[in-house]
Amino acid sequence: MTQPLDINAVSAHYGTTKVLEHLSLSVRAGELVSLLGASGCGKTTTLRLIAGFLSPTSGSIELGGRDLTRLPTHRRDIGLVFQNYALFPHLSVLDNVAFGLKQRGVAPGERRKRSMAMLERVGLATLADRAPGALSGGQKQRVALARALVIEPPLLMFDEPLSNLDAKLRVDMRVEIRQLQRVNGTTSVYVTHDQEEAFSISDRVAIMNAGRLMQFDRPEVLYRRPANTFVARFVGFENIIPFKVVARGGDAVTAEATGMRLQLSQNDFGAIPDAFLLATRPDGLMVSAEPAAEGLPAQLGLRTYLGRAYQYQCETAAGHLVANGSLTTPLEAGTQVKLVPVPEQCTILAADGGR
Amino acid sequence: MSDRPHPILIAVAALVYLFLMVPLVIVVGAALSDTTYLTFPPQGLSLRWFENIFAISAFRRTIVTSLQIAFLGTMIALLIGIPAAYALNRFRVELPKWLGTLFVLPILVPEIVFGFALLKSLTVGAGVPIFAALLIGHTLIVLPYVVRVISASLASFDFAIEEAAISLGSAPVKTFFTIVLPNVRAGVIAAFILAFITSLNDVSVSLFLTGPGISTLPIQILAHVEQFFDPTVASVSVLLMFLTVAVMAIVERTLGLTFLAK
Repeated sequence: MTQPLDINAVSAHYGTTKVLEHLSLSVRAGELVSLLGASGCGKTTTLRLIAGFLSPTSGSIELGGRDLTRLPTHRRDIGLVFQNYALFPHLSVLDNVAFGLKQRGVAPGERRKRSMAMLERVGLATLADRAPGALSGGQKQRVALARALVIEPPLLMFDEPLSNLDAKLRVDMRVEIRQLQRVNGTTSVYVTHDQEEAFSISDRVAIMNAGRLMQFDRPEVLYRRPANTFVARFVGFENIIPFKVVARGGDAVTAEATGMRLQLSQNDFGAIPDAFLLATRPDGLMVSAEPAAEGLPAQLGLRTYLGRAYQYQCETAAGHLVANGSLTTPLEAGTQVKLVPVPEQCTILAADGGR
Repeated sequence: MSDRPHPILIAVAALVYLFLMVPLVIVVGAALSDTTYLTFPPQGLSLRWFENIFAISAFRRTIVTSLQIAFLGTMIALLIGIPAAYALNRFRVELPKWLGTLFVLPILVPEIVFGFALLKSLTVGAGVPIFAALLIGHTLIVLPYVVRVISASLASFDFAIEEAAISLGSAPVKTFFTIVLPNVRAGVIAAFILAFITSLNDVSVSLFLTGPGISTLPIQILAHVEQFFDPTVASVSVLLMFLTVAVMAIVERTLGLTFLAK
């Protein structure tokens, strides 16, 4: 039942706008992959291409080895869950769920049995006879989920399914979606702009920007080892500082930036090139008022309170950086300090930004 | 803010209703008069002028023609207007903006000019028979209402619903009938009523397109008034009002009128 999805060098151009450029992406059977990016990055276009609502300019899309590219949507057999639920307003909850089975020629008795069983699984069996308009947002999305799952599609796709729900419900629903997807083992594509949502429910996440795939990997890897400056900034590595290697001794590398030296080990970072970018989140760059400390000279700007630390906007020779300082010694704006990178919290990018 | 409306507001509203209702009351009264001339208040009560409508063959024929033209014209306008309104809304981004304006043109052009243009092109130019020319003319004048009313209905329709149905295996054409149409049903019915009544009451376009032997009821009323001063014209006006009210009543009975006042 469950099948792999292959997107092969797909481009989508509309007039002069290149919405998607040579996108290649493979989703393994049973895997949940998120397409993550800001609006206009091409994630929704990708979903609509897979669904067949749009046609690619070039490239092909295969599901379980079957070429979908020229197949009309209604013969693709894909379950879709929409942001606005898209329930049929003139049909009851039960008829909404049974709609796909009816199209497949399933007999009325069987249709009802399977739809009720699916409503049972999403906890809405008691609302089967209601009109969709009488349901809450969360209930609507459960009906939409049941409607997409009951046809047992080889591929399930979600288009920002939780965006219209409030924060608490969003977290509950994504756990529910993940559990249902796991149990069914349905290959799934999940489109979202919410990083936390994507990272929390996905096996792998494809980060997209301007119609291109920036990085496609497990959330853990994306979060700790972004491949380029775009992904690094996207996952919160706000500080990107250029370094040059000045000495090597075995795995130990000494690198230098304006006004500071840093010891790094290739055991932690892999091969370190002669010129590289050191990327850290604010937690990975500590503010030190010690004049003797080995760090990047900086002048403090605005201080904000985070609860676990103070955060400072800093001006340095490497540009504007954001660093955290200890709660015991709040420092005033204008103070001259050193910014000390914590190697365990850092990652290394190629000097050209990884492009 | 008080819950009770201001006295001046009530007075103005009452005046407006009076202004709207009084002419109708006068017409109804005149129609019931027993005299051989138009008068109000009615002198004596009689239905003989209503009988007279059906005694005059021209009225009998034009009532039938008017109903035929109104029904057929509205149906043709719906057959053209529903797909047009669907396309204009579904492909709002892809289609040029002026395309929607095109469908409003027949009511933007002065009706008298439009009627004359149709006479020149259809009847004189192309030699189209009178009934067909009337039908085409009425279809064109009601089409803008059909497109506008159904567009308004479709504007609040989420096309993701259609996509959801297609993704579940329903072919696009079938989806239009099973999913899209049931959800704009109120708009279609509203469009039908508006178009039917507009056609039934039209004068300016019909004036040019009617001809020997074929006329519509409003045109026959005009012709009758030119020659006679008896209350028949009042009773036939009441009949026309009654037809309009009957259409509304049928809708009220089957669907409720509230959906019209969105």
